[in-house]
Amino acid sequence: MVSGFKVIVKKELADHLSSYRFLILLLIIIMVSLVLVYMASDSMKEQLQGEKLFKFVFLMLFTSSKVGFSLVEFIAYFGPLIGLMIGFDSINRERNEGTLSKLLAQPIYRDNVINGKYIAGVGVIGLMVVSIIMLITGVGLFEVGVKPGMEEFWRIFIYAIISIIYISLWLAVSILFSTIFRSVATSALASFALWIFFSFFLPFGINALANSIVSSAGLLNYKESLMRVIRIEKILSFTSPMMLYSNATATIIDPLRRSVIPTAMQMGMREQLSIKRFAGPLPLFQSFLIVAPYIFYLVAITIIIFIITYVIFMRQEIRSI
Amino acid sequence: MVKENSRTESGEVEVKEKKIIEINGLTKRYNDFIAVDHITFSVFEGEIFGFLGPNGAGKTTTILMLLGLSEPTEGWAKVLGMDPLKEPLKIKRMTGYLQENMGFYRDLNAFQMLDFIAELNGITGEDKDRRINEALRSVGLLERAKKKIETYSRGMRQRLGIAEILLKAPKLAFLDEPTLGLDPDATNKMLGLIESLSRKNGMTVVLSTHMLDQAQKICDRFGIMINGRMIARGTIEELAGEKFNIDNKTYTLEEVYMKYFKEA
Repeated sequence: MVSGFKVIVKKELADHLSSYRFLILLLIIIMVSLVLVYMASDSMKEQLQGEKLFKFVFLMLFTSSKVGFSLVEFIAYFGPLIGLMIGFDSINRERNEGTLSKLLAQPIYRDNVINGKYIAGVGVIGLMVVSIIMLITGVGLFEVGVKPGMEEFWRIFIYAIISIIYISLWLAVSILFSTIFRSVATSALASFALWIFFSFFLPFGINALANSIVSSAGLLNYKESLMRVIRIEKILSFTSPMMLYSNATATIIDPLRRSVIPTAMQMGMREQLSIKRFAGPLPLFQSFLIVAPYIFYLVAITIIIFIITYVIFMRQEIRSI
Repeated sequence: MVKENSRTESGEVEVKEKKIIEINGLTKRYNDFIAVDHITFSVFEGEIFGFLGPNGAGKTTTILMLLGLSEPTEGWAKVLGMDPLKEPLKIKRMTGYLQENMGFYRDLNAFQMLDFIAELNGITGEDKDRRINEALRSVGLLERAKKKIETYSRGMRQRLGIAEILLKAPKLAFLDEPTLGLDPDATNKMLGLIESLSRKNGMTVVLSTHMLDQAQKICDRFGIMINGRMIARGTIEELAGEKFNIDNKTYTLEEVYMKYFKEA
């Protein structure tokens, strides 16, 4: 039996890696990572001036920033673009150029095509994420002079896996649209619209949305309504991959955090102060436990989108034109 | 089936001929549109079958159903003795398909394109490069093999399509309009190539074309399909016999075809 799957993955990978699109994406990402990591290391030097080195300094390269925009946040907002750029024309371009029916006239299973394309895309995403992290590690070693310990290594490893899953979710979305829509422009626009809605519109509007839901429910005292707002926000956040991802990576890459909910939401100023003063980093396993539900949820969404794409692709009619 | 046999009663040899394709009542409906309407015919081993008919008559849809790429609404077909719905992979391994719009990856060169096709067909190792070069030489593309396909003329692309089929060396080839948009010289060369493919390698060819006078030269039998229905099939003599006086020996395929076309 010919392994059509392997041949397609090989071809897709070669196509991606030799395309200008990949090159440009990689250049943008390298540029942004460099800028962000230099800013992060700058602010770290200021913050750590005269202080005793505490644990997990290395992870600060990913989370701290002078301008309030860290690398972790950057990937949360703009990482999906990698997935969208890779996938938005994967099926419909082949359909339009007639190569899809040529491919399917060869002795391979039909699902080899869609599986191969997806897996090759995930491979490219993996390559990009790993290269970003390597770059930051290298610059971090050079600029700040801290080397990651074993636990930091594992944290970064888990962070990389979650990031790959997150970007692959958007790859699945764009492949879904390129299967549904004949026109490449339409599928690109549809995926970008969805990305903007879930990554910008929803996260920024979530508080207003929760507030309006709570206030329309009638008069409540302050404490009760605040609790309700938080609960509704949490439920709404499950609909946005961006927020899921932020939650899923929160305690992994930032072990000083104890919960995915921002501290300001939980308690008053004095409590916050005392918590901060006595806060020690969470052990890796505890950090993982806090974010595990978000990771599974992220994986589940990705799989569901891919299954929908798979079913549509398998049932579509192949016509000559 | 009975009809097919009675048609070939004239020669003993023909009756014994092996059916490579057998189609019975094959139908394809898209919602309320009938693309292929209960067609029944057979193609015999080693022959070149001229699959004629105007654009949109359902020829391509029929071919897609024979390759298992499209599911028939009604009826059945057997290709190389197999059911396209049940064993599409086996059929596709032994069948070449040159589609109407060619469908090449523009960024690849001819060699890479054939290499990809070879790998999809499980042709590997040293054998692969030899067969690719051989196929490219046969269609006269060896010198241009390292140039990107997007720089190729229409004729060259069509020849590359034939090279794909040569590489695969199938028992059966479906050639959907391989002469479309070619100049007269290129058309003749293309049809010569197809003829030698069939005669030398014993390949059965189903050829769909609008070049009727050229088709007359190389095809053994014909099927005329109009509006989804197969309105006539057989050798040119058989087709003409139904419409012309027996004495009239000066008919061309074009005249015969137009006669059927106007009646349909």
